[in-house]
Amino acid sequence: MNMTILYTVITLGAIGSSAAVILYFVAQKFKVYEDPRIDEVEQALPGANCGGCGFAGCRAFADACVKEGDLSELYCPVGGNDCMSGVAKILGLDAVKKDPRVAVLRCNGTCEFRPKVNKYDGATTCHIIHATYSGDTGCQYGCLGCGDCCKVCDFDALHMDPVTGLPVVDEDKCTACGACVRECPKDLFELRKKLPKHRKIYVACRNEDKGPVNKKACAVACIGCSKCFKVCEYDAITMGNNLAFIDSDKCKFCRKCVPVCPTNAIIETGFPPRRVKEEESTQEKPVVNA
Amino acid sequence: MSNLLTVSPSPHVHASDTVQKIMYRVIIALIPALIWSVVVFGWDALRVTLIAVIASVGFEYLAQKYIMKVRPSVTDGSALITGLLLAFNVPANLPWWIIILGALAAVGIGKLSFGGLGTNIFNPALVGRVFLLISFPVQMTSYPVPRMSDVDAVTAATPLGLLKEGLMNGQPVSELLGQLPTATDLLIGNMGGSLGEISALMLIIGGLYMLLRKVITWHTPVAVLGSMFVMAGAFWLVNPEMYMEPAYHLLTGGAMLGAIFMATDMVTSPMTGKGQIIYGVGIGVITMSIRLFGAYPEGISFAILIMNAFTPLINNTVKPKRFGGKK
Amino acid sequence: MLKTFKKGGIHPPENKLSAGNPIQEMELPKVVYIPVSQHIGAPSTPLVKKGDKVKAGQLISKSSGFVSANIHSSVSGTVAKVDTIPDSFGYPKQGIVINVEGDEWEETIDRSPDLVRECSLTGPEIVQKIQDAGIVGMGGATFPTHVKLVPPRGMKAEMLLINGSECEPYLTSDHRLMLEKTEEVLVGTTLLMRAMGVEKALIGIENNKPDAISLMKEKARGYKGIEVVPLKGKYPQGGEKQLINAATGREVPSGALPISVGCVVSNVGSAFAVYEAVQKNKPLFERVVTVTGKSLEKPCNLKARIGTQVAELVAFAGGLPEDTGKVISGGPMMGKAVASLEVPVTKGTSGVLIMPEKEAGRGEHLVCIRCSRCVSVCPMGLEPYLLMTLAEKKIFDRLETERVMDCIECGSCSYTCPSNRPLLDYIRFGKANVGAIIRARKN
Repeated sequence: MNMTILYTVITLGAIGSSAAVILYFVAQKFKVYEDPRIDEVEQALPGANCGGCGFAGCRAFADACVKEGDLSELYCPVGGNDCMSGVAKILGLDAVKKDPRVAVLRCNGTCEFRPKVNKYDGATTCHIIHATYSGDTGCQYGCLGCGDCCKVCDFDALHMDPVTGLPVVDEDKCTACGACVRECPKDLFELRKKLPKHRKIYVACRNEDKGPVNKKACAVACIGCSKCFKVCEYDAITMGNNLAFIDSDKCKFCRKCVPVCPTNAIIETGFPPRRVKEEESTQEKPVVNA
Repeated sequence: MSNLLTVSPSPHVHASDTVQKIMYRVIIALIPALIWSVVVFGWDALRVTLIAVIASVGFEYLAQKYIMKVRPSVTDGSALITGLLLAFNVPANLPWWIIILGALAAVGIGKLSFGGLGTNIFNPALVGRVFLLISFPVQMTSYPVPRMSDVDAVTAATPLGLLKEGLMNGQPVSELLGQLPTATDLLIGNMGGSLGEISALMLIIGGLYMLLRKVITWHTPVAVLGSMFVMAGAFWLVNPEMYMEPAYHLLTGGAMLGAIFMATDMVTSPMTGKGQIIYGVGIGVITMSIRLFGAYPEGISFAILIMNAFTPLINNTVKPKRFGGKK
Repeated sequence: MLKTFKKGGIHPPENKLSAGNPIQEMELPKVVYIPVSQHIGAPSTPLVKKGDKVKAGQLISKSSGFVSANIHSSVSGTVAKVDTIPDSFGYPKQGIVINVEGDEWEETIDRSPDLVRECSLTGPEIVQKIQDAGIVGMGGATFPTHVKLVPPRGMKAEMLLINGSECEPYLTSDHRLMLEKTEEVLVGTTLLMRAMGVEKALIGIENNKPDAISLMKEKARGYKGIEVVPLKGKYPQGGEKQLINAATGREVPSGALPISVGCVVSNVGSAFAVYEAVQKNKPLFERVVTVTGKSLEKPCNLKARIGTQVAELVAFAGGLPEDTGKVISGGPMMGKAVASLEVPVTKGTSGVLIMPEKEAGRGEHLVCIRCSRCVSVCPMGLEPYLLMTLAEKKIFDRLETERVMDCIECGSCSYTCPSNRPLLDYIRFGKANVGAIIRARKN
């Protein structure tokens, strides 16, 4: 009986040690030298692997940071300035500073403002609807409401509002990684400058149709009337394709453009309530979920 | 026109077949064998079947509702089939609590832990059966005696069990033949065995019905039975005193039930005809290997479970013949 | 044993409700809406402006490249505007709106119903005439016909295949054309053969149209090189690759054009249009459209001018039924559901199908039970269940190696899926993405 045990020990021991020897040589043969700083940089990154930097994950970004030798083109939107200065310290380089940003949905076509004109009955993803036809409302530029953006959000910052049928950005969680911007087939998301108290002023519309057409499709569409453009003192508003656009970097948040919009397409959030001007507040402002 | 027009991508028509219809066809196909089991084993067979079905359906409903928190999908009939097949794979005198444990293993471990219908890797009923076979070997292998049998005993061994025991004791096949059921008994199912596996004839009738209603294709059953026949035949030709003739193997030990109902389970079998043939041959060869060289007399349950594990691999390597040839 | 294609295929209920109804002339609409892009390829360039007087058959939008097609006015009248009009996708596209005044045709068009058999033109001259007339594939693919007729360098056409299979359920326009314009279709086929420089043509007709088969067979005796091939009914027999496989047994290699096996496929409707263009000088500005549906009062086959709104066709066929749930431009398998009845008839509109409410919905889809029916019905030998999963998960490189680009979007997989899964929806999505990746790689 003892012999059996001995045989077993010897056989298994022999197999084990020969495997170890083989593994040793294989490891030697296939060894790849990696700059140890890549590991350090990776440690400094948030590790969300969201792809917001344009690379396939944090490791690839760290690799690029080390190999590039210059951080002017590289930025991790999730980690922000702190993270990038950490990376810059490891590599002895200078990091670019960028303002924190937040994703904003440029459509306010809720079920109430934008009536349905047909019924969609197919696979419920925005991309497939987009490829199939113009959508179930009269507006071909607006939100399709299937929540593809919510599915790609790695930070749990996007949720569909069942009442409005539109996605809502949770600004505290949004890291401006840009996944939703890339995902939305209608290009409705924009990364805008993040201000304290969730302050934002933006045109919540992407409809490029002429005024009469889009007014029929949606009550809160931008009709391209240029009134906001005229009232803006800081050149922050540009007109194009029957649309107004407010550049969040130029905007000084004077709030003058908001009341002049005839369709309430310009949305402001996070501001203290206006001192009531009776004659203007006949129309209810669109409800915005901030 | 009152309502809005519907828009959806093409195609705009759909075949009338649904998952439910397919499942109910399988259930219809199982009915002849069930009736036969009642004839042979009495109401006990129905008792086992009912317990197994109710337990399977109940577990699926409760687990989906309270653990997985999804809408229960018991109406699709798949849990019902799992229950039926589990009952078919156990002796008719099995105590009720063992059946319930089996159903829990089948539905809970075999099916829902993988995500439910369509995502399970192993045939749930067989998971339940093998679980019971290993946990309760005595209860699972003491089969009741058929009612029309003239043997005066409480339990009966399966023909394959008898054969295996005889051969282990060094008796040649010719000597054993007297103790074994006749060929007609084997065909119509007058022998000991699990509840649903005994009557090859009834199972074949069910199989033909499924073939006709396009629930299954011929590939898997033919490959399983064919490869078993060939392998058993080869050994029989070499030494007919040591090995039983091939037809005997096909009619006993749940080979028919396995080949027609268990191996053809859509979820766990390969997608292409070619793949199904490879899968079927694998089952046949493993079954015969277990029967000829292994400790278990039957073995088809293990063979199917082993080949289930290979199904994803087969799906990945065996592709249908593409139109337009290779690229 | 009748011929058919080898792989896959399905047998949807035929529902050829309008098969017995002769082609009727549709009354002239008051306004026509003519999109400038009714074909695959570059949109044409409008030649007219607001206020211009046009005649039926006048060139109003010129082809803007080799793969493009001319567009002719389908009516006489005044151009109301050159503006955007919604296409069948609902997206606004450039189009020409013409107010109809009278029915004056270009003088060069021979309006007599007499059959003209003789033609003294050479091959290239015929191709030129086809190009001038703006003829495109009228089965629905709308690929410009003149492009097909000139094989790429180094390839040689051996035979012409005329698609008379009309495998789509409900549609009967090609069937009626073969019955009523038999000789015209045959002359058109002869002209196409001469244009390509081939001696042989096969006309594939499914055996659910025995009257068309026997009539075409009888008349084809008078034409050299034309053979009628009866085919066993199976969808999608009308697909180019499937038709070639069914009629000749050849398999077009993956990613290649039919010309690589020496075949060019054209539609019965296109053959008729070629006849009219070459022998009667009549550009393509009207076509036969099947207007059908189970609850429609008078399912019919209409000869309608391009640009007529679908609503007018439906009104002619007895008005929109009360229980309408869906309106499809084309057949039920590959047609497009339209969002509004204001879309116009284009060169590729083979039918208008009204589906009742209870058949309009897709219904809920369940999980895949791996029944492998999609695999067995796929005529291209693909694995739709796998393609859908890969597309859902956006694994595009694997999708490409699983040959998603071979998919002909026939819809057999979605049709047959017992779990009602939107297989083709996702496969299309995957195809679009893989196609974009392949194009980006080439550039």
